[in-house]
Amino acid sequence: MGSGSSLACDISLNSILPKHLQDRYQNPSLIRRILAESKTIAMVGLSSDGQRPSYFVASYLKYEGYRIIPVNPKAKEILGEKAYPDVRSIPHPIDLVEVFRRPEECDEIVQQAIEKKAKTVWFQLRIVNEHAAQAAEAAGLDVVMDKCVKMEHGRYNGSLHWVGMNTEIITARKARRLF
Amino acid sequence: MNESKRAFGFETRMLHAGHIPDAVTGARAVPIYQTTSYVFDDTDFAAQLFELKQYGNIYTRIMNPTTAVFEERLASLENATGCLATASGQAAQFIALATLLQPEDEIVASAHLYGGTYTQFSHTLRKLCVKAHFVDPTDPKNFERALTPKTRALYGETIGNPRGSILDIEAAAEIAKARRIPLIVDNTFATPWLCRPIDFGATIVVHSATKFIGGHGTSIAGALLESGNFDYSHYPTVSDPSPSYHNLKFYETFGHYGFLMKARAETLRDVGACISPFNSFLLIQGLETLSLRMERHVQNALAVAQFLKSHPKVEWVSYAGLPDSPYHALAKKYTPKGPGAVFAFGVRGGREAGKKFIEALQIFSHLANVGDAKSLVIHPASTTHQQLSDEELQKCGVGPELIRLSIGLETLEDLLWDLDQALLATSR
Ligand SMILES: Cc1ncc(COP(=O)(O)O)c(C=O)c1O
Repeated sequence: MGSGSSLACDISLNSILPKHLQDRYQNPSLIRRILAESKTIAMVGLSSDGQRPSYFVASYLKYEGYRIIPVNPKAKEILGEKAYPDVRSIPHPIDLVEVFRRPEECDEIVQQAIEKKAKTVWFQLRIVNEHAAQAAEAAGLDVVMDKCVKMEHGRYNGSLHWVGMNTEIITARKARRLF
Repeated sequence: MNESKRAFGFETRMLHAGHIPDAVTGARAVPIYQTTSYVFDDTDFAAQLFELKQYGNIYTRIMNPTTAVFEERLASLENATGCLATASGQAAQFIALATLLQPEDEIVASAHLYGGTYTQFSHTLRKLCVKAHFVDPTDPKNFERALTPKTRALYGETIGNPRGSILDIEAAAEIAKARRIPLIVDNTFATPWLCRPIDFGATIVVHSATKFIGGHGTSIAGALLESGNFDYSHYPTVSDPSPSYHNLKFYETFGHYGFLMKARAETLRDVGACISPFNSFLLIQGLETLSLRMERHVQNALAVAQFLKSHPKVEWVSYAGLPDSPYHALAKKYTPKGPGAVFAFGVRGGREAGKKFIEALQIFSHLANVGDAKSLVIHPASTTHQQLSDEELQKCGVGPELIRLSIGLETLEDLLWDLDQALLATSR
C-alpha cells in the first residue's frame, strides 16, 4: 500500500521542533517530492557497523533503489560503494545530503552541500541546527529537519504501516506508489 | 504550503485511519488476510526483513495486514505513535510489562484493577520475580509513597474496576516523569472516545479490545500503544544490545518506535499471543461505530445510575457520572463525555438478595464480560474476583452486595423495567 497524493493527518507526532518549524522543515508535500526526485544520497556519518542506525537507514534506502554514497573518513567502502572523507570529495553530483552528525557539525556540512550543488539537506531525527538550515535555504536548497528518511519513506510508501505504526495518512483514494 | 496537512476529526479517523484502498482491487472494506505467512521478494529482501532492516510482512504471529489496519486505526484514535494488537487484554498487559521489565524489577499498581489483571500481577509476574505493590489510587500520592529504587513502572486503569474510581492520570504521570519511569494506563472502560491517556502524560496504554472496541461481544483481543515521547535509554530491556537480533539496539535504532518494535519483534514473537486476522477485522468493524455506541452507552448508563440511586431496594450506586460520587470531579476532567458504562451498585439484603436479583433479570445477560452492545450483569464476589482472598477482595473494594452492570444499547425504558422488576423480586 502507498499513500499516493493523499493528505497527512496533522497531529504531528514525534518531533521536538516547535509548530512553526515543523511547518517549515517537515512539510509532507515537500518530503514526498524530495523522496520522489532524489536519486543519489550522500550519507554523512554512515557507519560501517551493520547494527548502527545509520546502516539500517542506508541499507533500507539502497534496497528501495537509491544510490547511497557513504561519507565517513574512517571507511573505505560501505554497502558496496566507495566511501569519501567529506561531501566536497565526492566526484559526482549529489541530490540529497543526509546528515547523521551532531548539530555542531551541520554548518560545515551545509557549506559543502551548497558547494556541491546538492538540491536538499536532510537533518536526521533529533538533529536540529536552525542556523545551518537557514544557510541552506538562503542558497536555494530544500531543508528537512528532525525526521528520519527511512521512517518517512516507510510512512509514505506504506511499509511502516505493516508494523502497526501511526503513519498519520488519511485518505479514501486508491493507493498509489510515488517512490 | 500546508495544503497537504489536515487535522482530521476523531470520527473520520475511526472510519479511515490505517486503511487505504489497495491499488489493485480498490476494495473499500478492509480485506481479511487470513494467511499465516508471506512470500518474500527475493533472498536479499528476506534476509533484510529478518534483520528488521526492512519493514514488511513475515509471519502472522508477528504481523498481518488486516491486523495492521486495526493497529494503526487505534493508534490514531489514541494519539499514539503506534500500536501492537494481541490475542487478549491480558496478553497486552503481559507483553507491555515483559518488554519493559526484568527479574527483580518492581511496579506500583493501583489496587482498583480488573481481577484478572490483579492476579496476573500478584501471581504470574511474581513467579517471574517481578513484584507489584498495590496502592489505593484515590490519593495519587500513594503511588509516590510506594516507590522503591527498583520501581520501573506505574500502572492504573482510567476507570477502575469494579467501583468506577477515576485515575488522576496527570498526577500519576507527574510522579512517573519525576522518576523517569513510564505510566501505563489500561483505557479499556473509557475507550479513546471518552479519554486519551497519552494526552494527559501516560506513556503506554493497554486495552482489552474484547470490550467496547469490538463492542459486540464476539472476539477476545487486546492492544498496547505507546506515546513515542519516553526516553528508554536507561531501560536495559529496551536499549541494550539484543542477543536475539545480532545485538541490535532497539531504542537507538528505531527511536520512538523502539519500544513497540521490541514488543513486536521479540516479546510477541516469543510469547506467541498473537491476534487472529478475522478478529482484527471484527474489531475494525467495532471501531467504525465507536463514538456512536459510546455516546449511547454513557447516556443509558447515566439514566440507569440515576434510576437506581432513587430505588428503595438499592443501598448505594457507585458511578462517577453522579454528582455525589467522590470521583465526579475527576470524571469531569478526564471523561467529560461521561465516565463509561460499567459501574457497580449495592443491592439491599447482601449476598442472598444479590443472587435473587440476578436470577430475576430478563434482559440483562448474566455473564463474565463488559462492553457488549447488550446489557450485562455480574456478581463479582462469586465470579471474576473469586480467586482473591477476603483480604484481597476488600483491598479491591468488592463487598458481597456488589452488583456490576455494563449498560448496553437497548431501549432505556426496557432496561429500567428489567432492573425494577428484578429488584422487587429480591424481597419475595
Ligand atoms: C479493565 C480490563 N483490563 C483487562 C482485561 C483483560 O482483557 P481480556 O479479557 O481481553 O484478556 C479486562 C477483562 O475483563 C478488563 O476489564
